[in-house]
Amino acid sequence: MLMAYASVAAFFLVAIGFLLGSLLFGRLLRPNNMYAGKVETYECGEAPVGPAWFNFNPRFYIIALVYIIFDVEIAFIYPVAAVFKRWVDQGSGLFALIEIFLFVAILMLGFVYVWAKGDLDWIRAIKGDPRGAQDVSSRSRAPAGQAAVADGGAES
Amino acid sequence: MPSLSALVFLGLAALTLGSAGFVAFSRNIIHSALALLGTFLGIAGLYVTLSADFLAATQVLVYVGGTLVLILFAVMLTSRIAEMKVSNPRGRPVVAFVLVTAVLLVLGRVATRTPWPAEARPAMPSTAKLGHAFLGEYLLPFELGSIVLLGAMIGAVVLARRAVRRAGEKE
Repeated sequence: MLMAYASVAAFFLVAIGFLLGSLLFGRLLRPNNMYAGKVETYECGEAPVGPAWFNFNPRFYIIALVYIIFDVEIAFIYPVAAVFKRWVDQGSGLFALIEIFLFVAILMLGFVYVWAKGDLDWIRAIKGDPRGAQDVSSRSRAPAGQAAVADGGAES
Repeated sequence: MPSLSALVFLGLAALTLGSAGFVAFSRNIIHSALALLGTFLGIAGLYVTLSADFLAATQVLVYVGGTLVLILFAVMLTSRIAEMKVSNPRGRPVVAFVLVTAVLLVLGRVATRTPWPAEARPAMPSTAKLGHAFLGEYLLPFELGSIVLLGAMIGAVVLARRAVRRAGEKE
């Protein structure tokens, strides 16, 4: 079976070779003229503020957690999907379908829970915090200078 | 001249161990988290050499695609990550040595005492077999698996919610 994965290995090698090759080519062709401004982070013309390694908003974490559960769900469902046609041919397709629906429905409960509890709301309403309810679309954002800082991806 | 499969195994083992070493020895925790990518990919390749093709695909899908992102988020949530000495302190080497020796002894014992099948089984795609097993013989564990996942999801979100609320109060 190892030979069946030769194409995967070839894909990896070509991908790595393409990257290294273009880097090497660029090195050979370009004039060598480095200065500090060139290595700065590109921020669409803005001067970058602060380091890139700062604390992310934990909201990202909840989204990733929910994602990984459904990732595992896909891994479970895939083998069943691969043989589903054969089960239909055997006449027990409905049985297999019900099984899969049960599997998905149980996990959907978790999704409904997370959704209903408001964990997926990007700006979570916090009890007693009037800002939780305010309209936070980009139009009602603070003036330009402040928004540039807040747009770093996390507003902690 | 060693056989092709031996060469593949050695390359994958080198990738796995090299990345694992980088994870352990890098003083920068973000570089450590990124180096996990090599370890996960190497393990996936090792699964392929063991003709566990579905497991290899799942390893890439779940570990490389999901868990690694989660670990990176967890690292980025840590406060004061920029100060590397805080983020990845060097523990006491004596304690580490004792622990590693103990783990090695257990692993070595398992590897030498297990009655491994002597002849190599003909390798064949395993996905269809898994599907039949899920629908037939292992139906109950399959459905229970979704309940375990449900519990994991709700538990993890409840724990993470506290951090979100704290961050919200800080805002």
